[in-house]
Amino acid sequence: MLLIRCPYCGERPETEFHCGGEAHIARPDTPADISDADWGSFLYTRTNPKGLHAERWLHAHGCGRWFNALRDTVSDAFVTTYEMGTPRPDPISETAKA
Amino acid sequence: MSQPFRRASGGRIDRNRPLTVSFNGKTLEGFAGDTVASMLLASGQHLAGRSFKYHRPRGILSHGSDEPSALLSVDWRHDRGPGYRDPNNRASVVEARDGLVVKTQNHWPSLALDIGAVNDLLSPIFVAGFYYKTFMWPKRFWDKVYEPIIRKAAGLGEAPEYPDPDHYANRHAHADVLIVGAGPAGLAAALTASADASKRVILADEGAEPGGALLNDLTSTIDGQPAMDWVEDAVATLDGRENVILLPRTTGFGYYNHNHVCLVERVSDHRADAPEGLARERLWQVRARQVVLATGSHERPLVFENNDKPGVMLAESLRAYVNRWAVLPGDALIVVTAAASAYRTALDAKAAGMRVEIVDIRLGADCGPELAAARDAGITVRTGHTVIRALGGNRVGALVVAPIGTDGSIGPKLTLDCDCVAMSGGWTPSVHLFSQSRGKLAFDTEIDAFVPDKSVQAERSAGACRGLYDLGAVLADGFAAGSDAIGGAASPQPVEASAAFTGFQPVRVLPSDADPSRIKAFVDFQNDVTVKDIKLAVREGFESIEHVKRYTTTGMATDQGKTSNMNALGLVAGILNRPIPAVGTTTFRPPYTPVSFGALIGPARNELFDPVRKTPIDGWAAQNGAVFEPVGLWRRARYFPQAGEDMQAALARETKAVRSTVGIFDASTLGKIEVVGPDAAEFMNRIYTNAWNKLKTGGCRYGLMLREDGFVYDDGVVARLAENRFHVTTTTGGAPRVLRHMEDYLQTEWPDLDVFLTSITEQWAVIALQGPKARDVLEPFVSEIELSETAFPHMTVKTGSVCGVPCRLFRVSFTGELGYEVNVPADYGEAVWTTLFNAGQKHGITPYGTEAMHVLRAEVGYIVVGQETDGTATPDDVGLSGLVSKVKPDFVGKRSLSRPDMVAAGRRQLVGLLTKDPNEVLDEGAQVVKDPGQPIPMKMIGHVTSSYRSENCGRSIAMAMIDDGRARIGETVFATTPTGFTEAVIAPAVFYEVKGETADA
Amino acid sequence: MRRFSLTSLLKEAASGHQGWKRQWRAPEPKKEYDVVIVGGGGHGLATAYYLATVHGVTKVAVLEKGWIGGGNTGRNTTIVRSNYLFDESAALYEHAMKLWEGLSQELNYNVMFSQRGVLMLVHNHHDVISFKRHVYANRLNGIDNEWLTPEECKEFCPPLSISPDLRYPVLGGALQRRGGTARHDAVAWGYARGADARGVDIIQNCEVLGLRRTSDGAVAGVETSRGFIGAKRVGVVAAGHTGVVMSRFGLKMPVESVPLQALVSEPVKPVFPCVVMSNAVHAYISQSDKGELVIGAGTDQYVSYSQQGGIQIVSHTLDAICELFPQFTRMRMLRSWGGIVDVTPDRSPILGKTPIPGLFVNCGWGTGGFKATPGSGHVFAHTLATGEPHPINAPFSLDRFRTGRLIDEAAAAAVAH
Repeated sequence: MLLIRCPYCGERPETEFHCGGEAHIARPDTPADISDADWGSFLYTRTNPKGLHAERWLHAHGCGRWFNALRDTVSDAFVTTYEMGTPRPDPISETAKA
Repeated sequence: MSQPFRRASGGRIDRNRPLTVSFNGKTLEGFAGDTVASMLLASGQHLAGRSFKYHRPRGILSHGSDEPSALLSVDWRHDRGPGYRDPNNRASVVEARDGLVVKTQNHWPSLALDIGAVNDLLSPIFVAGFYYKTFMWPKRFWDKVYEPIIRKAAGLGEAPEYPDPDHYANRHAHADVLIVGAGPAGLAAALTASADASKRVILADEGAEPGGALLNDLTSTIDGQPAMDWVEDAVATLDGRENVILLPRTTGFGYYNHNHVCLVERVSDHRADAPEGLARERLWQVRARQVVLATGSHERPLVFENNDKPGVMLAESLRAYVNRWAVLPGDALIVVTAAASAYRTALDAKAAGMRVEIVDIRLGADCGPELAAARDAGITVRTGHTVIRALGGNRVGALVVAPIGTDGSIGPKLTLDCDCVAMSGGWTPSVHLFSQSRGKLAFDTEIDAFVPDKSVQAERSAGACRGLYDLGAVLADGFAAGSDAIGGAASPQPVEASAAFTGFQPVRVLPSDADPSRIKAFVDFQNDVTVKDIKLAVREGFESIEHVKRYTTTGMATDQGKTSNMNALGLVAGILNRPIPAVGTTTFRPPYTPVSFGALIGPARNELFDPVRKTPIDGWAAQNGAVFEPVGLWRRARYFPQAGEDMQAALARETKAVRSTVGIFDASTLGKIEVVGPDAAEFMNRIYTNAWNKLKTGGCRYGLMLREDGFVYDDGVVARLAENRFHVTTTTGGAPRVLRHMEDYLQTEWPDLDVFLTSITEQWAVIALQGPKARDVLEPFVSEIELSETAFPHMTVKTGSVCGVPCRLFRVSFTGELGYEVNVPADYGEAVWTTLFNAGQKHGITPYGTEAMHVLRAEVGYIVVGQETDGTATPDDVGLSGLVSKVKPDFVGKRSLSRPDMVAAGRRQLVGLLTKDPNEVLDEGAQVVKDPGQPIPMKMIGHVTSSYRSENCGRSIAMAMIDDGRARIGETVFATTPTGFTEAVIAPAVFYEVKGETADA
Repeated sequence: MRRFSLTSLLKEAASGHQGWKRQWRAPEPKKEYDVVIVGGGGHGLATAYYLATVHGVTKVAVLEKGWIGGGNTGRNTTIVRSNYLFDESAALYEHAMKLWEGLSQELNYNVMFSQRGVLMLVHNHHDVISFKRHVYANRLNGIDNEWLTPEECKEFCPPLSISPDLRYPVLGGALQRRGGTARHDAVAWGYARGADARGVDIIQNCEVLGLRRTSDGAVAGVETSRGFIGAKRVGVVAAGHTGVVMSRFGLKMPVESVPLQALVSEPVKPVFPCVVMSNAVHAYISQSDKGELVIGAGTDQYVSYSQQGGIQIVSHTLDAICELFPQFTRMRMLRSWGGIVDVTPDRSPILGKTPIPGLFVNCGWGTGGFKATPGSGHVFAHTLATGEPHPINAPFSLDRFRTGRLIDEAAAAAVAH
């Protein structure tokens, strides 16, 4: 079971959280203007990387807030968690910090 | 059975506390501190089971959890009735106590005479993978004939027959340092880690008492004192520290993500006096800042012909039985070894009075000081010798040994009589938990073993589990690991320990001149995997160790390869002439030792399997004879049968009452969310397909919600309580996901909107009054709200009070009739309900349940999301395109609705179906075809989503999704029935016209 | 290929089994093949086998990064059934079922296909409707699937509790008698042996690192850890690692890879006669020939390539097992493990062309790919041989995620595969 650091509540067990999939997939501002193919990509295509993955988590049984996390999908180790709306951190600087 | 092989004194048993255990109907005698294995040996009983495939007689190989052979069915509480028995218990870890009833397994008619042993004679056929090559003819014979025979022969013990009367506990704990293993390394680590009183330390060990290998050891010293004195001092010190939790009988079995370590504690099985109700086992889920693994090592068996004879044991295990349990496993012992450590067994056995000889594979020049020690003690040592085979029936009787020439040739053979054999092929560090933690292993050729290399989680290994075998080195390593775990510097501890005999010469299969294709030398004892099986696998191209495991089943038995893995790996590497790491090592997976399902589920049984959500009116419903059904976590009243009524009769009465007088319905499970804030209306516009700007305060509107992919997600009535406040209702099952969906968009897509979302499902009880007399029932109890049609029309909401209780009163209907939904604070729900119900008696008020609710809504053509829709329906498919705003530039799901296949012709559309025979009720889920005479596969044009007997319509009614359905109204189609088809006509999905004051009036 | 038979087995028994040869060769990769298949699991090997046997395409290499059958083929709970709802799925899985029924004989390798019956339990009204919809659809598609009352469920599976006091009482079940289990490893090995005998090169420990394309953008071959291997047609059948391989080829896919866990109990004598699935409470169980209870657990909620999930997933499944089969509470978990499954948005596979000419993909089987192995291989071989999808796999195109023509078995039925 993962141990997840909610940016608002601190470290809590995974069972308090809901994973919302890949982060930083911006919803188009004017969906009507984009093609079926691009809309299909927005809905369904995912990076699914073997390595660092930016993903969304909801502290469902806690503060109820969504946040982003950077996690290694091979080791499952979290590099960091960060607030919604902030850009994806540079993993190198995070590693340097650690 | 008396105890002829029990030593007169010594051992860690309490001779003042005798006990008996029933073994195959006979009485075994022993003492507190015994295991069933030590009692068997004390009585001279070596034969303890039959092997999996060949049904060969098997004895006791080990003294710990790695035992592959002596597996017993144990009835733990025979005196308390059935249900306390389970199979496949390892005799070596079943602590003896009065009242145990144990039986051997996998034989018929008896342990000593087992017909299944004929398989041993047929073994030339039953080689690895033989079943892949045959049993294919005739074609239908596999699962009808061959497989049942194979299954009957396989398996070990019998599964439990009864529900388990025991119960299990679960405990979550946090620790600064968790130490797994309380041998010398673990104890040392605990001492240093817990020296800082602010650090919470948990020390767990699978054994009944701490000490690890030192429990078997009478000769080692620490600081000049017997090693066990040091153990006792250490335990006393730790016991005295409040920051330490000592957990004996607790096996760390799983090392999961982020230092989540699971352990299982045996709480009551070992206690004859355990009170009823005491948990049997407890699952510890420990989240540790730091972990120290001090899990020791496992001894390797030697591989030679008939190495599985009862009486052939691991050397350290034999030593343990002699020293710890004061049992002599025989009179005449031969120690066969490639390792120095086995000499300690020889010396201790000799000192205990056994006749002892040593056969050492190593040349004398390769031996250490152990050789002189043995010879000084008067023990004959044959160095440079091999064992050709063991002789004997149900017990080993002799070994055939021979010298190995410098060229590897086998010299003249010699038969040495014996009645027990201690063997050692060296040691394998127990890296299971380290590997589970995803740590990388490295092969150390020096000690011929995989050892922990790079840690991935916050842990470190100490002692024998990382290949240190000398006691002094183990202690120093433990102290350092404990210190490191609390961030301290490794300070050398002033302990002096006596030197141990260490070092071994890896040997995969003992040299022999016998035809290797004709002999059985076992690598995996329990699964009956021999050297020739492994050779066959490699010959057939199975070169990866994972392939070899799967083809031969080596390492797949209940001991999970603890005794067999390294021998198998070494053997394959040898055959392929590759280094061991090139052949691979298997990744270790949880659990380290088998764990009961009971421990893993803990209290989550029966009523605690899943929480039951009950509405505030549940108690009233129960008292008034409701039949309930689970709806998600909720329990809801399905119908209220009166005396003599079945469901259909109750349903007829309830549905008629609603349309003729008034019904009362508990709608409290409806999901309710409050959407509040200056941008609430804009938020609603974006989340729902409808437009909300024009909804006036006090107005209600039916809202439809899509997923971003355009499919119907949820629906419900929404009330605008104020300019900036919406009271949203959702389906019963949809409440949590709808809130999550809303929060997701609010927080991640539109953080600029100033809106708050609050779940209020539990805050409000919802009492629906539906029917022509609804107003009459309600009116006397309402204050501050005028109920007249003009003042309070359909689809409006007012706040005020009912029965003096604050109320949000909705004029809404899910039946088509005049209706109100009375929302009152949950605590008042039952009181208001009771008041309304009692007062409604004079109007013929009738409580109705979910069944009637479904029929009533279907009569007037209302859909249920999740019943008419199935995650593949668009608003237009279910006839709700009118709710999809054409003006709003965007809302969730809008763009998807214009994708090519979403607007394609021929999509399934919601319609009604009327059976030709009005009394016939279609099966919900029935498929619809145009021509029932067509050949299979038939072209299906739709399916029935809802179907009921409608008393109000005087016939059956059904809703269906039909390809291009709205254009087909009037067409005759055929719906499946359990035995064939029935005729029906496609109709509009509205079946009943409300008379009198309708909802929409 | 030397035929396996009782005679050959007895003959070998007499001579100590010295005469058995490798079941497949360990060839060096050639410079070029007609078709390269990326992924040596059951699906990839079956594809190679049918390319050789049905289409006569034998210049084929199967490239496997580890050892064949080492991924999800060797990690699943071996359930085989074909009672899917939608016509497209039913056709695909029934195609597989028909191949299963003669597979041991076809391959001359006993894959131990055991038609013990798959019983899918129903615990709520919603599922009653959904499962009856399946039963009726299957009947009209010629696929066996029958509705059982709770009492009939109990008769078919005696350890099952049908007590009305269960938290979610059993309301009935859908039984496919032709469903069952098979020996997963043997499927990979049998196909490998059969393909190898017909000239297919099975190359283990060969990781595909990239795609080489011609000047007009078509496939020219693959870069591997063992050098460049030329091929005009490449089929990616890499299950949980499909996304990784495709990203090396420059394509993003509508799949996510998540851990799926499973476990077995200690072996016991026969006690469980069939396969039982209960999606409502998350329980999937059968008993292997060896005697172990084989239990499928759920997926973890996040993308991971770690083959290790949380224990809460396992516990949750065992809660349900012990609720439905209370006599198993004292059984013990012997091994647990995880696989990496590639999940598509509609839980149906992707089988067909990609935007790159000559590159084909077979992925997205999620938690239920094993049962489709023969059928998947058969139609994918057709696709690779002809360059066009077989009518059975035509609906499972990548394009459906653009048009919205999903085949949403999961949404329609809330049934795990």
